[in-house]
Amino acid sequence: MNLTSIIFLLLSLMAVGSSLMMISSKSPVHSVLWLIVVFFAISGHYILLNAQFLAIVNIIVYAGAIMVLFLFVVMLMNLNAETEPIKNYRLQLVGIVAGGTLLLIIIYAVMKIDVENLVEMKVGDAGLIKNLGMNLFKNYVLPFEISSVLFLSAMIGAVVIGKKDELSK
Amino acid sequence: MDIKAYIILALTLFSIGIIGVLVRRNAIIIFMCVELMLNAVNLLLVAFSKMHAMSNFTKASPDFASDAQIFVFFIMVVAAAEVSVGLAIIVMMYRNVHTVDVNFLNRLKN
Repeated sequence: MNLTSIIFLLLSLMAVGSSLMMISSKSPVHSVLWLIVVFFAISGHYILLNAQFLAIVNIIVYAGAIMVLFLFVVMLMNLNAETEPIKNYRLQLVGIVAGGTLLLIIIYAVMKIDVENLVEMKVGDAGLIKNLGMNLFKNYVLPFEISSVLFLSAMIGAVVIGKKDELSK
Repeated sequence: MDIKAYIILALTLFSIGIIGVLVRRNAIIIFMCVELMLNAVNLLLVAFSKMHAMSNFTKASPDFASDAQIFVFFIMVVAAAEVSVGLAIIVMMYRNVHTVDVNFLNRLKN
């Protein structure tokens, strides 16, 4: 077992364990913090795959911006373990069984197929910023520009939804 | 590294996200589980892109290998927009019913 496999296993264990902690912790603030750990583990996977741009963007956008927004909303609503709604124990069991069955079935199906393709680790220039930027601005300029319109509409939508309703007064 | 290892890892993360959506009742945590599922798919897409980069098919044109990573970039863009609107909706819901329990929204009336 070489170093790459050991790092892969460590990062995978970190991601899976932290995501299990995320869905099982009572306090929403702890859930947010565990999800940040999951995102860092996934960024580690990106670095292992030599997708450096995506690793940095994942940390900046997900672990930085989006999770701070989640944390902000959780703290704005003053949620903690006492205010946490508790689901019926039987319904929780049904959810775990359903999700676990899906996981087992798809893993079984994946093990049956005979793909022996290898993933390029640590080398390769597909994920470097230069190649991604050239590809983005050569072939994907139109989606890139449309995404700015998407951001504008999301911004306006968030402001309109979050605004206090003056008609109801 | 075998591609199956990445498929199984992404599937595990995705299924944990599904279990979280089914098990929890807090709207914010359900939303976070959706983010986790998006990230699992992103990881699988990057792994497939690197798998593709190894094949002879893409040796001629290096743009093909980075296409999947462009898609991941756009998924992140859409996720950022989606989170801002979704959290605004959750804040709106909290202002109306003073809870984030999704079971309070099981009827359209009132």
